[in-house]
Amino acid sequence: MRRTIALALVLAATAALADSNLPPAYWANRQLPDARQEAKAEALMNELRCLVCQGQSIADSDAELAGDMRDLVRRRIAAGEKPSVIRTWLIERYGSWISYKPTTEAAAWPLWLAPLAFLLLGAWLIRRRIKLKGGA
Amino acid sequence: MSRGLRLIPILLLVWLVGGLAWRLVKPPSPAVPSQLVERAVPSFDLSPAVPTKPGLKSADLRGSGPRLINIFGSWCVPCAAEAPVLNELKKRGVVIDAIAVRDTPDAITAFLDRYGDPYGRIGNDPRSNVQIDLGSSGVPETFVVDGQGIVRRQYIGPLSQSNIPGVMQQLAELR
Repeated sequence: MRRTIALALVLAATAALADSNLPPAYWANRQLPDARQEAKAEALMNELRCLVCQGQSIADSDAELAGDMRDLVRRRIAAGEKPSVIRTWLIERYGSWISYKPTTEAAAWPLWLAPLAFLLLGAWLIRRRIKLKGGA
Repeated sequence: MSRGLRLIPILLLVWLVGGLAWRLVKPPSPAVPSQLVERAVPSFDLSPAVPTKPGLKSADLRGSGPRLINIFGSWCVPCAAEAPVLNELKKRGVVIDAIAVRDTPDAITAFLDRYGDPYGRIGNDPRSNVQIDLGSSGVPETFVVDGQGIVRRQYIGPLSQSNIPGVMQQLAELR
């Protein structure tokens, strides 16, 4: 009996930390009426990183801050702002961390150059192989 | 293939395993610092969060001395944990303004009655807009702002007793 009561209490308990006193923001879980604007907002939200559930995009995250960010993105898109402007605005506040899309800053150069480097390495290896076979 | 070249994959493996082991033992901090440190506070204008106190706008931060801006929520447990530290700072003469994130007047009033009220002004931020504008990623966070409205430092997470000397010293230097 005691165990049943304890189990019932555990199941009825809610997370103490996560929830604020307010319901989700209006545009947090609601699509924009204009499908083209919603598509733009959706694309951007998928490329913005959630600050709470790090590793998820704000489109995927259930965190309240992510909901408020979706609300912010949709409002700004609806007001006619370009997604790139919103992304830059967020990067000015949180750094390039907030964006999944790599920027062109110096720290990201290895990321952009790596495919080229591997392609050249591959070409060199193949050339070597062909040469060895030709020699034998 | 020469001997030197043969060593490369092994060295790469050692480097990879070493890197992974190091990060396992010493994980990177998950905190995302605000880029606004050493930059001016963005302009904002928040309505009062409780009927007994004024709201907070960016213009309030210019021309009246350095202060702390505490970002909190009455629903946030670590915020209650840091309350004694803020009360102590207030007792030592520190001006503390606040931004209440996703909160209601009744809940804030009950919170201040229970844990003490160190705040001069409290702005209401129901959709976390100003929190995001400040580059803050959660509650509680505390910004040190100088008399010109420039952000000088960001504390992520609850302030503890051990932060008091550092906060007092920085505010004294900014005065």
